[in-house]
Amino acid sequence: MNGIRKKEVLAPDIVRLRLEAPRIAARREPGQFVILRRIDGSERIPLTIVDGNAEEGWIDLIIQMAGAGTMRLGRLEEGEGVLDLVGPLGKPSRIDRFGRCLCIGGGVGLAPLLPIARALKAAGNHLTVLMGARNRERLILLDEMRNLADEITVATEDGSLGRRGFVSDAFRDLASEGRRFDHAVVIGPAVMMKAVSELTGRLGIPTTVSLNPIMIDGTGLCGGCRVDVGGEMKFACVDGPEFDAARIDWDSFLKRLGSYREFEHRGREKCRITGR
Amino acid sequence: MREQDPDTRVSNFAEVPLGYTDEEARAEARRCLGCRTAPCVAACPVAVAIPEFVGQIAGGAFPAAARTIRRANALPAICGRVCPQEDQCEKACLLGKRGQPLAIGHLERFAADRERREGRVEPPARKPECGKRIAVVGSGPAGLTVASELAGAGCAVVVLEALHALGGVLTYGIPEFRLPKAIVKDEIAGLEALGMRFVRNFVVGRTETIDHLLKEDGFDAVFIGTGAGLPSFLGIPGENAVGVYSANEYLTRSNLMKAYRPDAATPILRSPRVVTVGGGNVAMDAARTARRLDTVQSIVVYRRGEAEMPARIEEVRHAKEEGVLLRTLCHPAAILEDEEGFVQGIRCLRVELGDRDASGRRRPVPIPDSAFTIECEIVIVAIGNRPNPLIPDTTPDILVSGRGTIVADPADGRTSRPRVYAGGDIVTGSATVIQAMGAGRAAARSILEDLGQPVQPRM
Ligand SMILES: Cc1cc2nc3c(=O)[nH]c(=O)nc-3n(C[C@H](O)[C@H](O)[C@H](O)COP(=O)(O)OP(=O)(O)OC[C@H]3O[C@@H](n4cnc5c(N)ncnc54)[C@H](O)[C@@H]3O)c2cc1C
Ligand code: FES
Repeated sequence: MNGIRKKEVLAPDIVRLRLEAPRIAARREPGQFVILRRIDGSERIPLTIVDGNAEEGWIDLIIQMAGAGTMRLGRLEEGEGVLDLVGPLGKPSRIDRFGRCLCIGGGVGLAPLLPIARALKAAGNHLTVLMGARNRERLILLDEMRNLADEITVATEDGSLGRRGFVSDAFRDLASEGRRFDHAVVIGPAVMMKAVSELTGRLGIPTTVSLNPIMIDGTGLCGGCRVDVGGEMKFACVDGPEFDAARIDWDSFLKRLGSYREFEHRGREKCRITGR
Repeated sequence: MREQDPDTRVSNFAEVPLGYTDEEARAEARRCLGCRTAPCVAACPVAVAIPEFVGQIAGGAFPAAARTIRRANALPAICGRVCPQEDQCEKACLLGKRGQPLAIGHLERFAADRERREGRVEPPARKPECGKRIAVVGSGPAGLTVASELAGAGCAVVVLEALHALGGVLTYGIPEFRLPKAIVKDEIAGLEALGMRFVRNFVVGRTETIDHLLKEDGFDAVFIGTGAGLPSFLGIPGENAVGVYSANEYLTRSNLMKAYRPDAATPILRSPRVVTVGGGNVAMDAARTARRLDTVQSIVVYRRGEAEMPARIEEVRHAKEEGVLLRTLCHPAAILEDEEGFVQGIRCLRVELGDRDASGRRRPVPIPDSAFTIECEIVIVAIGNRPNPLIPDTTPDILVSGRGTIVADPADGRTSRPRVYAGGDIVTGSATVIQAMGAGRAAARSILEDLGQPVQPRM
């Protein structure tokens, strides 16, 4: 059992959980994730490690309550815990001194982006952050990103904070100013990563994305997380989750992500009705 | 042995064979000729004292029979169910020359089940603590065997398992109707009573490396029993369509995550027509699982003939009884998908058998212009598994073969690195439960030897 030390509600359907996990806290690197199961019978849910402290032995996870499983996780309170927690999984991000780095995050994609941005900054890069969400209320990690970035632009779809529009619009602004970048990291919903990485790619910026396919084990056992990268089959849990955006077959990826949508939908309804 | 009726069993996940009554077991056991050469023992990879335990069953000494088996085999209730006896002990049985060989597997299963029902009486034999600490990576049959042998010899053993459940393939792969999970749990609990410690959710190579275990965590030796869990795919068009599963994924969803239960949190796609590609036990398990998950038409597509199928004869028979159709001499060329990316069918070529290949089997050669389509909504790829590269990749200087297996001496489990041992599917590639257990036993002996501990004479 891994106890919850702290819970913070970031938005109506987004929470931040601080979990007891000394070994993972000591080993984790930016870009890595964990898989957890709340109780016996729960599904295995992959979540990126947002932050951690080796001395104090904790890691932070940010959960968007999208399906039945994440909803139950998000309802956990301080003092409760999760039955199973395994990690750190996946390959760490490639952190280098690239020069001018662009970090673009949308929605809860800002959660996995934070540790990468932090590491890029620590490696001596100049950091430009573009962050977006549907509205002000749902924009997470603004203070953390502000403290980190050399420059930052916020975009909300309803214009309640920052520029009105998508992060892709914010990127177009920068591009039209003739700004150049040596490296980009784009994390968010799959459609957003596809669209934005096409734009960055067109300007010749080497772009990395972090994929969130369907996973079960997270160790290379099931192949459910497979993605087509440059015509080769890769397992996101062991070969990724980060890949060169230009080499991903996005259409195939998006299609596979939708495999269980109908099921997810039904799960949510059941969850509402029974209040599980 | 009596079995559940095929029409009934396709609508449940309960075990198919029903087990012997005491009288049935004694009657079967009395058929043993008691031949002095006991070729059955020589044909058993762990050399169970077969005539001895069969004699005990014949005489009604059931607990004694179970104890006899346990001297050589720590997991009898499991092996009695999943070992390919027809290629091992029963193949060597002299009764088989003129009729049915003795049903050694069924008798092993009987003795173990009866002991389970009545509760094990004898306290686990354990030597005094020797002060040595061993890490066992993976809790499949290889790891469990090493762990039980070393714990019995007085070592402090910690088993590190990546998943949230113990047992390896026994738990995530082999379906409930063939190997009930309650039995796997009980057998493992019996081993735990020997004093070994299980740590779940620990991925060696990620959570800690082998070197860290040896240098920082203070283990005297490490045994790698991580199996061959990485699924192979066909490499044909359409393999990323929605509705294409590796057998590992399909079976893991059903067995480990219990997706076959209506209230399970983990989903599994159900559909009337399923095609499984492959000819081994794994393919049979997948096709039979599909039959139990609302599939009306469950077809197995295999490139060679039925005689060449690597699956156990009993499994093929069970599958056929349950209405699984075999399409042999059939080579999958492409998976067809609709415009939304869902599987529509599988395109195959007919095959003829050509010259013999390295494995001694006749090579399947596709016939040009023979393509045809089998319509279906789900395709399960069951063409084999490779070793997971995680540990080889994170363990410097460990010798790995071209197939990705860890190189270890089959007789003693020693790898190219001192204090590091390996056995089971990670060394042999996909094989059998009993071979993995045999490898575990051999490695346990050399670990004790290398650590300067007394080794028990082999029975
Ligand atoms: C569906 C199916 C049906 C089968 N049917 C039969 C049958 O009827 N009869 C038979 O004899 N054989 C059968 N086999 C083969 C048999 O199951 C295997 O040969 C046997 O289980 C191998 O044992 P093992 O201990 O080497 O590995 P496994 O049973 O594969 O166990 C390996 C364990 O190690 C864990 N692991 C992997 N990597 C790590 C890591 N880095 N850190 C920590 N833990 C790790 C895995 O999670 C797993 O639990 C079947 C196999 C499958 C897949
Ligand atoms: S999650 Fe199963 S192989 Fe990646």
